Amino acid sequence: MSARYVVGIDLGTTHCALAYAPIEEGESTAAVEVLSAPQLVAQGTLDARPLLPSFLYLAHASEGPQALPWDAERAFVVGEYARSRGVDAPARLVSSAKSWLSHAGVDRRGSILPLGAPEDVEKISPVEASWRLLEHLAEAWDARFAANDPSLALARQEVILTVPASFDAAARDLTVEAAGAAGIENLTLLEEPQAALYAWTLARGDRWRKEVKIGDVLLVIDVGGGTTDFSAIAALEQDGALELVRVAVGDHILLGGDNMDLALAHVVRQKLVAEGKEIDRWQMSALTYACRAAKESLLNDASLASAPIVVAGRGSKLFGGGLRSELTRDEVTATLVDGFFPEVPATARPSVRARVGLTQIGLPYAADAAITRHLASFLGRQVGAVEKIPGFTPPARRGDAGDRAPKLLHPTAVLFNGGVMKGTALAARLIGTLNAWLSADGAPPARVLEGADLDLAVARGAASYGLARHGRGLRIRGGTARAYYVGIESAVPAVPGVEPPITALCLAPFGMEEGTSATLPPHELGLVVGEPVRFRFFGSSVRREDQAGTELDAWKEGELAELSPIEITLPAEGRREGDVVPVKLHAAVTEIGTLLLEAVPVTPQKPDERWKIELGVRAEG
Amino acid sequence: MSEPDPTLPFSTRLWFAWACFFRVLFDATFAARAFAARTAPEQLPPPSSSRAPTSTPLPEHDAPKSIRSVSKASEKLPAPPPADPALQLLALLQRDGRFIDFLEQEIGTFPDVEIGAVARVVHEGCRKALHAHATITPIRTEEEGATVTLPEGYSPSLVKLSGKVQGAAPYKGVLRHRGWRATDLVLPVPVKGHDSTVITPAEVEL
Repeated sequence: MSARYVVGIDLGTTHCALAYAPIEEGESTAAVEVLSAPQLVAQGTLDARPLLPSFLYLAHASEGPQALPWDAERAFVVGEYARSRGVDAPARLVSSAKSWLSHAGVDRRGSILPLGAPEDVEKISPVEASWRLLEHLAEAWDARFAANDPSLALARQEVILTVPASFDAAARDLTVEAAGAAGIENLTLLEEPQAALYAWTLARGDRWRKEVKIGDVLLVIDVGGGTTDFSAIAALEQDGALELVRVAVGDHILLGGDNMDLALAHVVRQKLVAEGKEIDRWQMSALTYACRAAKESLLNDASLASAPIVVAGRGSKLFGGGLRSELTRDEVTATLVDGFFPEVPATARPSVRARVGLTQIGLPYAADAAITRHLASFLGRQVGAVEKIPGFTPPARRGDAGDRAPKLLHPTAVLFNGGVMKGTALAARLIGTLNAWLSADGAPPARVLEGADLDLAVARGAASYGLARHGRGLRIRGGTARAYYVGIESAVPAVPGVEPPITALCLAPFGMEEGTSATLPPHELGLVVGEPVRFRFFGSSVRREDQAGTELDAWKEGELAELSPIEITLPAEGRREGDVVPVKLHAAVTEIGTLLLEAVPVTPQKPDERWKIELGVRAEG
Repeated sequence: MSEPDPTLPFSTRLWFAWACFFRVLFDATFAARAFAARTAPEQLPPPSSSRAPTSTPLPEHDAPKSIRSVSKASEKLPAPPPADPALQLLALLQRDGRFIDFLEQEIGTFPDVEIGAVARVVHEGCRKALHAHATITPIRTEEEGATVTLPEGYSPSLVKLSGKVQGAAPYKGVLRHRGWRATDLVLPVPVKGHDSTVITPAEVEL
């Protein structure tokens, strides 16, 4: 039986949400609703909330089962109680599962989380952490809708799962793997900034068509709790109608609202320490929470000079023993507006931390907290993103600057997403800085697309995209945001201490759409039967011209980024172990939206013989 | 109807026992009713019995006592609602806004500055909890102090009259309080087996 709902799931770094709409025939405009997900909010207490915090708490045996209406024996907690319990017992808490899923430096299928957990904790893999979050949403859905009608189970609906635009092929693959483990099979991936734009068109109704014109370059700036993501979407003319094409995505930046709250908490902590007070871990967590509330009031109300910060005593005695301080406007401006959104020139680039010999395995947090520098880098790298798009005419630049080559991509409108951008002072600084860059480059200033719902936009937008696929509403085209290359070592005599030069063979060109295949490159590679063979793997978000089969001997600094290696194991079936089999590598993009790499033998022993190539293999350090 | 005494004197009981002995022996219907009555009072204690154990032991407070005296005046009141939702609400307000901690501590000796600071914590948390679980709207939308007219057929349960209360509607008067009404309330629910009387557990850090 066919699906009756489209379901959009925002699998966020700090929060998850699920939105849905019925699939109806005809032109009726179905309303997109958000599911209130039942979750434990305290020991033994269940509450339904629209947001499911992306935290997983592995309960100690003494805590007993963490019963849910659909499972009385559960040993772990997902959601609000997991987050609050994690403050009490941090060693048993898994957080930022999504960031781990995109961390190429660890074995993402290996049981590594929580890092540094005590021995009695049964660790889980990053894939399982995401799986458990999705499983909870699926169970909540089934409990609400499918109790009496199995055809309404989430497994049988059309699910749109969002991923950061910056997720590479391996991270997308692992996300699909986690969803499959949670029973979600009928799945399509959608990039979060695109989902935010769909949500915006949904919220604006038909008015949005007046607000976006042919020739616009929309910049989506998505600053979430833990990650920052940029995408550029061009509005162009196709057969006389407006069409949106996603032309560029930024790098994966582990930097978000949580960093800002923590930064403010440190400011207040400094003041309290100066007064001779000691702050323990619990107080620091309460302080961070208090700073978040103070930040929101100060950023949105310009008339406030300061906001009080109070952390009450931890015990049953509220009075006496509490911490009292305040956060002033100057401190918020210095820490957040200037710290995270400094006014920098368009040529500024984020600083990169020097590699230290002994690094602890942890998340690769952004070394530079300045979001404006990351944005300058994105726009600078993507300067050519709209140059060769058929049907696109960029707006004219001012006369005197028109002769110089542009220094950056020129967005004409900005859509904000993520709770952080609710801070009007932050949004104003970001727009001000961007427009200063544009002005210096002779381009007109960018406007802000108003009326976005910043919290639940991604889930809503995903459901809205699901409806669009049924023929209602607009679709953003895009395809893959990177070209993919396999690294081949050149056969040269070894020189000690010098890495053999490597050439990059393009397997999948930029912008491959769902359900398409790349041409088979002419190059043959030799694979050894029965042994796993690894190749270095690269992606480029700027090389738009390379076709499958293009071979690169040299490339500019930063054009290619190394991804986690790929691995092929040829089964011995029908061949002798140790034999070398010549193969060609073939790329396709599945309907789900993942990259599929296969090895196709030059001399197949049976029709259509091919082997899947594993993405997301742990890099050997 | 006169109110029955909760306890019967010995002489009455002696006579009643004899009467029952014979009726139980010869009247099958009465016997069946008496048999059922044997266990019924334990399940539903009369609200008027002053120290009868209720199904959920509540903390000893003045409020429940006054509720009991009210129910004594009129025997026809339904049994009190289960205590669980009330305990859930207390747990919620304590968890998000330290409400019980706030009420249970003597505040007489603390300076107003400290009380003010703590009030912010309690206010912010309780308010968040309230807004997340209940929709509370004013009954009257006019500004307080404005002159309002109550038409004939206004609901006396929504609007309370004060001052010179006389005559018949329409009434003209000054709005002193806008009133509040809960238009929606969804409380967290306890998972099966959870002891709702634990508002917040004790905590021991290892």
